[in-house]
Amino acid sequence: MHNSTNSSVDLAAGLGTPVARRSFLRYSGAGLAVGGLWLAGCSKDDDNNPTAGFIDVGTGDTGILNYAYALEQLEAAFYAQVVAGDYFKNANTSAAEKALFTDLKDHEAIHAAFFKGAITSGRITDSLQPDFSGIDFSQRTTAAGSAKMGVLNAAMAFEDLGVAAYNGAARFISSVDYLTLAGKIVSVEARHAAAIRELLTQNTFVANDVVDLTTSTPNNSGGTGNLTGTGMERSKRPPVVLETANKFLAANSKLSANSFA
Amino acid sequence: MDLFQIINDIAKVDPEVYDRFDSRRAVFRNFLGYGKKASAAALPLAVSTLFSKAYGQTTGTGSGLDPLIVGTLNLALQLEYLEKYFYQTALASNILNPEQTGAVTIILNDENLHINTLRGVLKGDAVADPTRAAFDYTGSQGGKRPALFATLGTTFTSAADFLMVGQQFVDTGVRAYKGGAANLITQKDILEAAINIHSVEARHSSRIRSLRRGGIQSATAPKSWITPDETPTTPPLPNNYNVAGAPALVGPYKRGADAAKFPDESNVSQGTNPVLNAQTLVAGVGAGAGAEAFDEPLDAATVKAIAKNFATDPTALFK
Repeated sequence: MHNSTNSSVDLAAGLGTPVARRSFLRYSGAGLAVGGLWLAGCSKDDDNNPTAGFIDVGTGDTGILNYAYALEQLEAAFYAQVVAGDYFKNANTSAAEKALFTDLKDHEAIHAAFFKGAITSGRITDSLQPDFSGIDFSQRTTAAGSAKMGVLNAAMAFEDLGVAAYNGAARFISSVDYLTLAGKIVSVEARHAAAIRELLTQNTFVANDVVDLTTSTPNNSGGTGNLTGTGMERSKRPPVVLETANKFLAANSKLSANSFA
Repeated sequence: MDLFQIINDIAKVDPEVYDRFDSRRAVFRNFLGYGKKASAAALPLAVSTLFSKAYGQTTGTGSGLDPLIVGTLNLALQLEYLEKYFYQTALASNILNPEQTGAVTIILNDENLHINTLRGVLKGDAVADPTRAAFDYTGSQGGKRPALFATLGTTFTSAADFLMVGQQFVDTGVRAYKGGAANLITQKDILEAAINIHSVEARHSSRIRSLRRGGIQSATAPKSWITPDETPTTPPLPNNYNVAGAPALVGPYKRGADAAKFPDESNVSQGTNPVLNAQTLVAGVGAGAGAEAFDEPLDAATVKAIAKNFATDPTALFK
C-alpha cells in the first residue's frame, strides 16, 4: 500500500492537502488495525478456545463464500436424506410436499455445487460430514415425546438459519459481485423457509421468531394495527449461526468463523 | 485532544465506530475540509461534526447520507407504498377468504413497518407519503390508456387478479432490493437493514404464490419460487415514460437494461470467474431447478419503468 514514489511527491509538495489527507487516512488505518487487535484480544479466551480443532472458514470474501458453501453442503446433505427417507417415500405424504422437497433437494444441491465451482482457491473441504442423529427422517413433524426432530421441523430450522446467515454475512462481503450473488441465493432460501413454515402452521411465514415484529399485531383491514418492530428479518452473525449449524455436523467437521464476529 | 484515543475508547463500547467513519466518506471529506481551513481552536468543532455525522445525529432534518443511498432507499420506500395501498385496498374490498385475509393482513403489517424503518433511516430525505390516490392499480395511469387490470379499481373485485398482480409487485420488490444492495455496500448497517427487508419480501412472495395455487397443499402452479417459464409468459409492460437506461419493454421477470448484470429470471448462468451453468452443475435435477435456485436483481431504472405503469401520474412517482 505504501508507495515511496508517491510519498516523495507528497513531500515535495510541502504541507499541501494531499499529505494531510494521506497521512490522516494512514493514521486512522493504523488505529483501525490496533483497535481490531485490541478487540480480537478481548473477544477470545486464549486459554480455553471453544473452536479449537474446528474448520475455520477463513478470511475475506473467500471466507464468506466458504461459510455459505459449508451451510449449503449441510442443507444439500439434509435434503438428500429427506428424499431417501421414510417420510418422503410414505404413500400418505402429499404430492405437494413431495414436489416441494424434490425442488428443495435440487436447489440446495445446485447451491452447494455452485460454491464448489466458484471458490477456485482456498476452498474448505468438499466433504463436510453431517450428523443428523437428532433428526427422524421417518417422521413428518416432531413426534410427541420424541427427542428427534421431524423432517418439517428440521427443514424449517435449516431454511430459517440459512436466511439469517446470508443476511448476517452481507456486511462482511467486500465484492459487489459476491454481495449480489448472496442476494440471488438468500431470497430463494427465504421462499423455501416461508413454504416450509406454511406446511407446519398456516400464515407463520414471517412470524416473530424470524422477523422483528410483535407477536400479535391486530392490524385490521384499515391498516391501523398496533405496530411495533421493524419488519426486518432477524439476521445472525456467523459465530451465532455456526453454533446452531455445528449441532448438525460431525466432530471432525465442526466450523468456526473467527474472522467474522 | 487525542482524537485517536477518543476513537479507540469509543471502539470499546461501539466496535463499529470505524465502519461509521470509514463508510461515510462524506464525513472524511468534511472533516478534512475543516482541517484545511480551520485553526487549531476550531478543531473541537470539526471533531464534533465528525461524530455527529458518523452517528447520524445531524442538526438538520436530512439523513446526511450519500445521494446514491438516498435514491436507492427512496425507490424502495415508494415500492413499499405501492404495495401498502394495494394490500390495504384489497383488505377493504371484502374479496378475500379468511386464509387470504390473514396472510395479507400480516404482509400489510410488514410493509407499514418497512415504511417506518426506511423513513427512520432517510429522515428528512424521505419522499412524502404519495397516498392511495397516487396509485392506479388498473394500470390505466389515471385514465390515460385502457386498463390492464379492470378489476383492480378503487375497490378490487377479483381476488385472483389481486393475487396475480400482488405476486408481480412483490417479486419486483425483491428484485429491486437485490439490485439496490450493491449501492449500499459502504454503509454496513443500512445494507443489513435493506437485506433484512429483502428476505421478508421474498417470504411474502412465497406466501402469495401459495395462496394463488389455493393453499400450500396444492401442487399446481405457481411454485413458491420463480420458475423459468414465468419470464416469457408474463406479459411485458411498456416503458412509456421513457425512463432513461431501461428497456422499451419491462416486466417483473424480465431483464433490465444491462442483461449481463440484470438478466431474465430464467437465467442459469451464474458467477463471474468462472461462469457456471446452474442447470448442468448437478446431474438429474429437475428441468427448471437451475433457474429456480437463483433469483435475479433488477436495476433502478427498470424498476421505475415497471412501477410507473401503476402510478396515477407517472411523471410524479418513481422519478
